[in-house]
Amino acid sequence: MDSQTSVATPARTPLSEDHAQRGARMVDFAGWWMPVQYSGLIEEHQQVRRSGGFFDVSHMGEIRVLGANSLKTLQHLTTNDVGKLQAGEAQYSLLPNDQGGLVDDIIVYCLKPNEDYLVCVNASNAEKDWQWMVKHNQGAELVNECEKWAQIAIQGPKVLPLCDRIFGFKVSEMKSFTHQSAKFHGHDVIVATTGYTGEIGCEVFIEAKGALELWQTLVAEGAKLDMGPIGLGARDTLRTEMKYSLYGHEIDDVSNPYEAGLGWVIKPAAKDFVGKGPMVAGKEKGLARKLIGFEMVDKGIPRQGYKLFAGEAGEKEVGFVTSGTHSPSLNRPIGIGYVKTEVAGDDREIFVDIRGKKVKARICKTPFVHRT
Amino acid sequence: MAGHVPEEYYYTKDHEWAQVDENIVTVGITEFAQTQLGEVVFVELPEEGQKVTQGQPFGVIESVKAATDLYAPVSGTVIEVNRNVENDLSFLNDDPNNEGWLIRIEMDTEKELVNLMRSPDYKKLIAEAK
Repeated sequence: MDSQTSVATPARTPLSEDHAQRGARMVDFAGWWMPVQYSGLIEEHQQVRRSGGFFDVSHMGEIRVLGANSLKTLQHLTTNDVGKLQAGEAQYSLLPNDQGGLVDDIIVYCLKPNEDYLVCVNASNAEKDWQWMVKHNQGAELVNECEKWAQIAIQGPKVLPLCDRIFGFKVSEMKSFTHQSAKFHGHDVIVATTGYTGEIGCEVFIEAKGALELWQTLVAEGAKLDMGPIGLGARDTLRTEMKYSLYGHEIDDVSNPYEAGLGWVIKPAAKDFVGKGPMVAGKEKGLARKLIGFEMVDKGIPRQGYKLFAGEAGEKEVGFVTSGTHSPSLNRPIGIGYVKTEVAGDDREIFVDIRGKKVKARICKTPFVHRT
Repeated sequence: MAGHVPEEYYYTKDHEWAQVDENIVTVGITEFAQTQLGEVVFVELPEEGQKVTQGQPFGVIESVKAATDLYAPVSGTVIEVNRNVENDLSFLNDDPNNEGWLIRIEMDTEKELVNLMRSPDYKKLIAEAK
């Protein structure tokens, strides 16, 4: 139970002080001073599934890609087909390295085709991504906008009427993975119908100087609607229930994204991109392992790094856990992990090595929780 | 949120409490520990008859976020395990100082008690941890 320590002082988002004042428990996360929980992780998780919640995700990074070579550069750097994007559309994508592993997973927002794109990257990878993109730039104008934007996610089954009211247009009528530029109290915002919880809602980029005002408006209005601020702890359990990948867990610089089930955002027929050769070759020679979801049959909570076994008594090592937690929605433990392809079938029995004991589990369909 | 720190208990630096009644020591986690962990969703406790050693892990407690080892405040033999807690974690989450006790140990020697903290020192420890 050692308290978290860090060498450098973590960076503050425009909302860090507000979180601390509201009594959130603060931690250093990827170099940022972030709220891990407010009232309690389980209650926050359930509030998002039941009504809605607000997340400070200002630690996420933003990189602008501009100019006549913007599309060419993004096609070269990412796996999905950026050429398909119209103004106002967004796309989940991957930033591969030259071995076919991943530098990061990202969302690309098209503000104007062939001219103006915004790339949202993970906080823990923001500096690495920036260096990578600069190094492999194909003539675009790259602008690091991490300082410019704060970001707030508004997620949950009942949030859309509130979003309509606050932003003054019909967020509720926007299609999934689209975005719209607007103003909030004179500050530039980009409202995007994306998220990391499996719920409807949006993620809002707002100029850093306007973030606190938006945040406080949301929290005040939300209080009347059973909605409140949510910490990073619940953000992680919400995404785990949906089996969404998290960099450093399901995906990293060596794992092939096809194994993680991300083939739907890899478009080798449409274009060339960094690392395409090794990535596609890995798939064509047959994937050695596959990312699966599992639930525990016997007692215990799986955690990242625990080994997975198969066989009558669990004698054969077949993989490892990438994420595991107690699922607040299901009130039982769930896990995500890589197993050898021949083991990766629904309802297959496996074992998790929990502190030296082989504990029975079962591979199951995912997402673990079904949302509309 | 330091939580209540009963004066009559002994404490470890790992946030277990120990209530000593002659040679029988009741063990739990402190309110501070419970608050820091968040809601406890799983406990793994030893069996009756098992030997434990001062400063060594005797079990595991898990919140949604993470697993944390439990450390024995004294050496001895486990004579009782709180099955109520295993069946219903609200005993632990709502009242870690009393109803949420975890195990009872028959201690080998009371000499080990000098290695534990009393409440004023423990209060200082958690004030510094925040």
